[in-house]
Amino acid sequence: MRLTLKIWRQANASAKGSMHTYEIDGISPEESFLEMLDELNEQLTAKGEDPVAFDSDCREGICGMCGLMISGQAHGPEVTTTCQLHMRSFNDGDTITVEPWRADAFPVVKDLVVDRSAFDRIIQSGGFISANTGSAPEAHSTPVPKPKADRAFDAATCIGCGACVAACPNASGMLFMGAKITHLGELPQGQAERGSRVRAMVATHDGEGFGGCTNIGECAAACPKEIPLDVISQLNNDLRNSGKYLR
Amino acid sequence: MAVTGVIFVLFVLAHMYGNLKLLSGQLAFDEYAHHLRVFGEPMLPKMGLLWIMRIVLLVSVVIHAYAAFTLWGRANNARSTRYAVHKMAQASLSSRFMRWGGVTILLFVIFHLIHFTIVKPNINADYTQAQIDASPYIMATASFKIWWVVLIYVLAMIALGMHINHGLWSATQTLGWANSPSARATAKGIALIVAALTVVGFLIPPLAVAFGLIAK
Ligand code: HEM
Ligand code: FES
Repeated sequence: MRLTLKIWRQANASAKGSMHTYEIDGISPEESFLEMLDELNEQLTAKGEDPVAFDSDCREGICGMCGLMISGQAHGPEVTTTCQLHMRSFNDGDTITVEPWRADAFPVVKDLVVDRSAFDRIIQSGGFISANTGSAPEAHSTPVPKPKADRAFDAATCIGCGACVAACPNASGMLFMGAKITHLGELPQGQAERGSRVRAMVATHDGEGFGGCTNIGECAAACPKEIPLDVISQLNNDLRNSGKYLR
Repeated sequence: MAVTGVIFVLFVLAHMYGNLKLLSGQLAFDEYAHHLRVFGEPMLPKMGLLWIMRIVLLVSVVIHAYAAFTLWGRANNARSTRYAVHKMAQASLSSRFMRWGGVTILLFVIFHLIHFTIVKPNINADYTQAQIDASPYIMATASFKIWWVVLIYVLAMIALGMHINHGLWSATQTLGWANSPSARATAKGIALIVAALTVVGFLIPPLAVAFGLIAK
């Protein structure tokens, strides 16, 4: 495959970036998107140019480290992570634009790498349960109804990649937050902090400069883990009832 | 925002029902318009209910518009560097038109209040100002015999329908009532039905006048 790549290059957080165009040839449809970028970087390095910086870790779709805006879609045209996107999803001769997640809460560190620690701060403010550490308790000591366990598990599959924020026209982090609220709120262990959790997380979210949700639904469509939109309704429900949970 | 939006939707449905009385003729419509002013008497003073509704709606508009512009500003600040390329995956036309559609509706509401409440200008030379001031039925039907007035109302109602289509479903999310895929589907369905009902219901009287079906 022969491709034209338009990639955002930015030397560091304070530099002014711009789009650069690269031609690349001999790409196999079996390659992953990141392997294609690896090849580009080998060529750039051979020419003595600075390779394109991008994030990745597990490259098997479970860590949430990778994440690129590919031709205007978070993680590209498939419902998956960037590392699990393959070049067969593109056509020979395509022009592909590659940009970092765009959100002021996720500042660009270099090229395509953004700092997503705002997500960590949201989790630190309430996305946890307080429990004694030590040996794991007997699993059956706290029964959980199956539908609740299933919903909690589905919400817990969030890998925190930030695609929801990147795809959202408001750059809101509601789907990410809603996933954690739903995950912990469905379980008995999550009840003690249910009211304070939602209040603290929303306050941190807004303070970090994320936008407000208007229920457009682009987040759920971009989510590689298919977190559904109803976690946002759940978050709003928990927020409305937070006074009751605090009593 | 959700609460004020739902207040608007309830008002809009009641208003639409009232307008349909135009189809029952001058006597019925003028009687309805008069009744609105004396509703609740003697418990309430004359025009009492009307003023309560006006105040509730005015306060709602201020809150709704304030929240809308705050959200708009937050969205701009949350992404100060825009994407070179951004493709929406599934966003409905209605959802993309919320902000400019809301502004369109606000401008229309101002026009509409001048048209039928505050100034009541006579824009149809076949009628006299005295006739217009005497009968709400004449006032409305005289206007809807003019094509551009009908066009403004048609465009405004399409904007309103789109706003309700996304807004009502969005409100169920905001209020935390769409906590499962089936509840989401129901909410979207109801929003679409209410939106369609509003557009059709509001447009029947003006179009009926425009096409000479009533008040020839
Ligand atoms: C004053 C003029 C108006 C402006 C500037 C305006 C603007 C907006 C904006 C920007 C939103 C939020 C965006 C979103 O949810 O995607 C919104 C939501 C909404 N609007 Fe309006 N709007 C106006 C009038 C109306 C009217 C007349 C109605 C009722 C028929 C209405 C019903 C709603 C509803 C139900 C929502 C959803 C609220 C939520 O999700 O919490 N709005 N409006
Ligand atoms: S690199 Fe781990 S999810 Fe893509």
